[in-house]
Amino acid sequence: MKITGKVWKYGDDVNTDVIFPGKYTYTVSDPAEMGQYALEDLDQDFTKNAKPGDIIVGGKNWGCGSSREQAVTCIKMRGIGAIIAKGFARIYYRNALNEGLPIVVSAEAVDALEKGQEVTIDFDKSEIVTPKGTFSFPPYPDFVKGLIEDGGLIPHVKKSLGL
Amino acid sequence: MGKTFAEKVLGKSAGESVSAGQVVIVEPHFCMSHDNAAPISKTFKKIGVSKVWKPDHLVFILDHAVPAPTDKHAENHMQIRAFVKEQGIKHFYDVTSKGGVCHQIMCEEGFALPGLVMVGSDSHTCTYGALGAFSTGIGRSEMAGAWATGQIWFRVPESLKINVTGKFKKGVSAKDLILKIIGDIKADGADYMSVEFHGPAIEAMSIAERMTLCNMGIEMGAKNAVCPPDKKVLDFIGPIAKTDAWEALWADDDAVYAQVLNYDLGDLEPCVAKPHTVDNYAPVSEVKGTQIHQAFLGSCTNARIEDLREAAAVLNGKEVAVRTIVIPASWSVYRQAMKEGLFDVFLDAGCVIGNPGCGPCMGNHEGILAPGETCISTANRNFKGRMGNKESNIFLASPMTVAASALKGEISDPREVL
Repeated sequence: MKITGKVWKYGDDVNTDVIFPGKYTYTVSDPAEMGQYALEDLDQDFTKNAKPGDIIVGGKNWGCGSSREQAVTCIKMRGIGAIIAKGFARIYYRNALNEGLPIVVSAEAVDALEKGQEVTIDFDKSEIVTPKGTFSFPPYPDFVKGLIEDGGLIPHVKKSLGL
Repeated sequence: MGKTFAEKVLGKSAGESVSAGQVVIVEPHFCMSHDNAAPISKTFKKIGVSKVWKPDHLVFILDHAVPAPTDKHAENHMQIRAFVKEQGIKHFYDVTSKGGVCHQIMCEEGFALPGLVMVGSDSHTCTYGALGAFSTGIGRSEMAGAWATGQIWFRVPESLKINVTGKFKKGVSAKDLILKIIGDIKADGADYMSVEFHGPAIEAMSIAERMTLCNMGIEMGAKNAVCPPDKKVLDFIGPIAKTDAWEALWADDDAVYAQVLNYDLGDLEPCVAKPHTVDNYAPVSEVKGTQIHQAFLGSCTNARIEDLREAAAVLNGKEVAVRTIVIPASWSVYRQAMKEGLFDVFLDAGCVIGNPGCGPCMGNHEGILAPGETCISTANRNFKGRMGNKESNIFLASPMTVAASALKGEISDPREVL
């Protein structure tokens, strides 16, 4: 699988409150509607102008803070292809895998990329192609590969229960 | 080679000897959800299982917006009540005088117990480490999966050992210690790790103080945070334990740690986390005089009876200069504060007392900020927009510092009023 998209770039420690504000957590319940609030308290430009297929690039500890899964859902429903970061906070990491949103860790690729550039993630080769060069990223651990292949946690659980 | 706390608890639960880095599948003992039990129940239905794995192992506590401030919140609560009835869930804390903030209730009501693996669909689930549990926050899908299968995977975490010695000086408390630690190691300083608090100063701390420390483990990225299950813990849980499945497990002296930190309480001073990150540490002396518009004494971090007593000692006989919202962590704390006369102190000082719940901590209701306003808060997060408005500022501090600041209408040093 390959994904190519335009970069939206952010810094370190982007928290789930700025990705999906707490005031919406019980007033916006339709996943399709969540997309329009994505990154509202971080970057209004993104909230207004992000296009399906775009790629988010973040620093270390992306998604720290609350466990709210809407911080993954809103990005997925916005049609964002993937997130590349220097690292992910642990609950966000699990939520992204569970929702089937591709996430990739590569500090080199993050440093090489700038806002508006085009980036390609080649999941088969575990490579990120940027204007400044190609960088490899570690493949997912074996125990989460099955989760990803099944399309997220809920399909994975259904399969494991024979449903 | 000895084992860490996380290796012991996860190993016991998995039924094998495990080490950091290994992946285990375990059965969580209690699964806690708050108002988000409603969306989780919808995801659960999508799996196609009709009954949850063990209804008595699910605990639902309404706290995020109680009583419901909008029709959408009301509908959310209604869906939870219907699911509770359908599934026969007995551990349900509705909007009654038995409830409160979920993490407070989990500890007060005997769910949080030594050596248990516990999960909650809330990031501050790490609070239960104060009573020796291995507890961690998970997302909604994962909780739905746990309800259906009774299983969850964990990578056995590396551990960070924090040794604490010495005694607090006047005006300094557990909140100042945890804000200092997070300021030192930063928001990702304990990412994926199990944080163990050790040392004579931890043993000297009350359960409430330990809860404040463990509660904020997530703010440095930790998977869980834990204090030793000593006599104080065993005395606390003795009369209230909801199960006898617990076991007082603790790290071996020769366990292997990824990192070891040392703190002396005597070195600490009153401090804040400046906007907009929890690791933005500053001693109060540096920000003294910053104008505030609201003070909030509440949340799962600092709204226990001990916290209210500390704030009341500062406010006693004086009047606040800005609106000050006091929200006790639970109805039993509320009742106790009333009995001790603390409400008279707060009301005489001009504070507003809210019903137990999360209140304005995450921007739902009861104290949302206006653009350009600044709040000093005993809660755990000061992220942009956290209290409902992204043009506002939040400083985090201890109950004593919040109370002292409320009196002057500007950030103030509690040592000057005590």
